Amino acid sequence: MISMAEHYPKVYLYRRIVQAKLFMDNHYADKIDLDNISDEAYFSKFHFIRLFKTIYGKTPHQYLTAVRIEKSQQLLRTGKPVSEVCFLVGFDSLTSFSGLFKRTVGISPSTYFANQQRIKSQIIKTPFAFIPGCYAHQNGWLENSNFEEVNL
Amino acid sequence: MITKMSITNIYVINQDSAYDFYVNKLGFKLVDDIPMGPGTRWLTVSPPEQPDLQIVLFPITVSKMFPKETAETMIALIRKGTFGCGVLQCNDIFATYEELKAKGVEFMKPPTKEFYGTEALFKDDSGNYFSLQPKESLEPKG
Repeated sequence: MISMAEHYPKVYLYRRIVQAKLFMDNHYADKIDLDNISDEAYFSKFHFIRLFKTIYGKTPHQYLTAVRIEKSQQLLRTGKPVSEVCFLVGFDSLTSFSGLFKRTVGISPSTYFANQQRIKSQIIKTPFAFIPGCYAHQNGWLENSNFEEVNL
Repeated sequence: MITKMSITNIYVINQDSAYDFYVNKLGFKLVDDIPMGPGTRWLTVSPPEQPDLQIVLFPITVSKMFPKETAETMIALIRKGTFGCGVLQCNDIFATYEELKAKGVEFMKPPTKEFYGTEALFKDDSGNYFSLQPKESLEPKG
């Protein structure tokens, strides 16, 4: 057994790429200049993009867009309107946000929002329709519920 | 004929803290978070690239399922680090290790070259442990 903790190849390189990724995870709502990220990682832009893509399978730009779309879905699920969500995840144009969202998720953000609101109200009305019956039964959750409303 | 595993459980001590660990630290996707009465919720997550496997973050609370003595024994065993909950796969073990460490995940073993491949071990917020291995370590040898 050989520990590779501090000795694996290019450990500092890994740390810098990971820091850049975490920076995007935490600052997706802000304007992020990807040139600055590669500067902070002490790489040439080309080297940085290549290494990032090797590790994460996406260029930094593609990754940042994916994080923003993912976060926008989370916010839309909480009931925030599309026009607000667009800016909360770092887009400055509703058109480019809607276009990218549709290309990634397959439906427009407003359709996604409406679907999620519908699911949310269904969950409130009939929560057991969303939980496998075996678990609800085993936990005794069904004992105090109205079976008639459950539409499994 | 059984076709696949759809739902499995990870027994956790606190669901709020488990949510933070699995969603915010490990990056699992939240599937359901439905309140089920005081102190309990139906909380399930999926590994990022495995949306059809739901993992129930199952709280050990004194209930119909866990009488007091059973719950106390299970909590003690989980805290002690008795249970291994499986192997999690990643693309790049060094980057994943650095990221999880930066997020405060406690590793029992850093990436280490074993005869079967490179492996790291880490604990969740309750005390359950996982093996972390890159895809190539998990592929059949020979």
